[in-house]
Amino acid sequence: MDISTQDTKTPPPSPQPSAAEQKRAAHGATRPGDRIFLGLSRGSGILLLALMAAIAVFLTYRASLAISKDDANFLTAFEWNTGVVPPRFGIAVLAFGTIVSSIVAMVIAVPIAVAIALFLTHYAPRKLSGPIAYVIDLLAAVPSIVYGLWGALILVPNMTGLFGWLDTYFGWTGIFSWEGGAPRSMLTVGILLAIMILPIITNVSREVFRQVPQMHEEAALALGATRWEVIRMSVLPFGRSGVISASMLGLGRALGETMAVATVLSPDFLIHGSLLNPGGGTFAQNIASKFGEATEFGRDALIASGLVLFVITLLVNGAARAIIARRKEYSGANA
Amino acid sequence: MSTVIDKRPSTLRGARLPKWSPYAIAAGSAAVAIGVGTAADLASRVQWGLIAGLLFIISTYVIAARVEGRRQAKDRIATCLVWVAFLLAVVPLVSLIWVTVERGVKVLDVYFLTHSMGVVADTEVGGGIYAAIIGSLEQVGLATLIGAPIGVLTAIYLVEYGRGNLSRAITFFVDVMTGIPSIVAGLFILSLMLMWDMQPFGFAGSLALAILMMPVIVRSTEEMLKLVPNELREASLALGVPKWRTILKVVLPTSIGGITTGIMLAVARIAGETAPVLLLVFGNPFINNNPFEGAQASLPLYIYQQYANSAGSGAAYDRAWAASLTLIAFVMILNLVARGIARWKAPKTGR
Repeated sequence: MDISTQDTKTPPPSPQPSAAEQKRAAHGATRPGDRIFLGLSRGSGILLLALMAAIAVFLTYRASLAISKDDANFLTAFEWNTGVVPPRFGIAVLAFGTIVSSIVAMVIAVPIAVAIALFLTHYAPRKLSGPIAYVIDLLAAVPSIVYGLWGALILVPNMTGLFGWLDTYFGWTGIFSWEGGAPRSMLTVGILLAIMILPIITNVSREVFRQVPQMHEEAALALGATRWEVIRMSVLPFGRSGVISASMLGLGRALGETMAVATVLSPDFLIHGSLLNPGGGTFAQNIASKFGEATEFGRDALIASGLVLFVITLLVNGAARAIIARRKEYSGANA
Repeated sequence: MSTVIDKRPSTLRGARLPKWSPYAIAAGSAAVAIGVGTAADLASRVQWGLIAGLLFIISTYVIAARVEGRRQAKDRIATCLVWVAFLLAVVPLVSLIWVTVERGVKVLDVYFLTHSMGVVADTEVGGGIYAAIIGSLEQVGLATLIGAPIGVLTAIYLVEYGRGNLSRAITFFVDVMTGIPSIVAGLFILSLMLMWDMQPFGFAGSLALAILMMPVIVRSTEEMLKLVPNELREASLALGVPKWRTILKVVLPTSIGGITTGIMLAVARIAGETAPVLLLVFGNPFINNNPFEGAQASLPLYIYQQYANSAGSGAAYDRAWAASLTLIAFVMILNLVARGIARWKAPKTGR
């Protein structure tokens, strides 16, 4: 992050110090005060890196303690019995549930979030778009446990009608068949997660859409394009990578969400083909609900499942950040 | 509508639908939907709405395609869909705020704020969130004391000193760290506690919260430090001021508003974290003022426990809503104040 060259406010005639001088200014701290300050700030940077490494190492160590005693296959077993001898537990159901609920959330949230971002940047009356963006910012700050409480007490009872309708008209697909239990199922979880990740996807997409060069849009308008054609031809292509990374950030949130899932879902350790029948589980939800009665070994087993979640979110977030970083490079000269 | 086509005005613009047409189409499709609904005796009003919406979109497309051409018709559909998406998203969000306020004010009073659960059973009326507020304030405060200095110093390193591989690695991992699920941070501290065979206590929660807080602070502080004009640094250095004093006396004071905002937003974020607190602090119906020993209560955890342990009792749900309202109010006030500071203290960059 070389700010002296990126800073647009730097007047062009100011002479750039030579590379050697710059290096000395940056690292060759001569005064004791400089040395201490550099040490402190570099130290905390290194501490952050060490922390990440420590998280990986400690989780792996505790996880290995648990997995080595697992009598079932950790990756494929459909049960979670850590209290019995020999213990049998596996993450197949959790991985399935985590992925399914996140996919449902993404399918619902991404189109709506992109549409809201477009609404804010291109459709809303200018006077409205500021306050709406502000409110969406605030909604991103609502604690997840409040979403969970709302989901369990308000959303779940109101889902019955939708579930009946889906079962009547789309039950034949198998995905939407419903046996009439309480609607504490993966679909409800997915809808709640979608509501929760909507603000973050909207915010990031909005920032990206705002950076679309004015020239591109005006050129399209001058050629007689309608507003929708402007969006399709200049805004969406420019913003595509930004929207992808925004979605992946949202996905990262959805994968790791704990309390909202723990309050809404009624879990079991089976894989259900239908999204409407209650059951299944996610990594985070399983940790939160099994933790209370877990022995020390049970906690290690939960840590093992948390390690898998950690790796998954690490990959998703790393990919999202890599996409953002690449985009920054080629759009460096934002007109 | 056909008359409009016949008498096409001879301007460069094609024929346009009159401005009132969307309203007319909306009223028409609503009327037809009500007619169909009563005729076919559809019980659910949602179905009426769906029919009306579908009719509106189809008739808008057909009419606009006849009069204005296909491209304009598509444009109108896109406009409709964008508005629908917006309204669709507003419904749950408004409902969330509305319900929390409506149900929360029922038991939220001075008694509720100044008393703890103690021996009040989960199904009984009474009790309050005093212990939870104390616990939350102590845990979040300690987390901020740990997280804020490390976060700000890291940002200073990245902006003022950072060159080369180390700073690139830190930048990348800070980004990745922002996405760590809160429960994983909790599990990390839990694995440390299992090593030394410790019982749950408040400070353990603070450590996990600090981990969640640091990357957020690094990010926001970095942005703020980058906004400080380079002329200021150069002027100070040209006067022979050492770099560390330049940072302390020139760079930080200029950006202090933005940094404070970032820290407060991070505090607002961790104040609502439940998962790590659930694992590490455990919850406690009695007042425990010492975050370094014994289980403590915490506001988000209180909400979860009132919900989960109450077996559908109305009194516990009321308490959960009231605690939610308190938590939301706390977070929102922090947010608003932070944004106020940001606006008030925004660095004056250029003219």
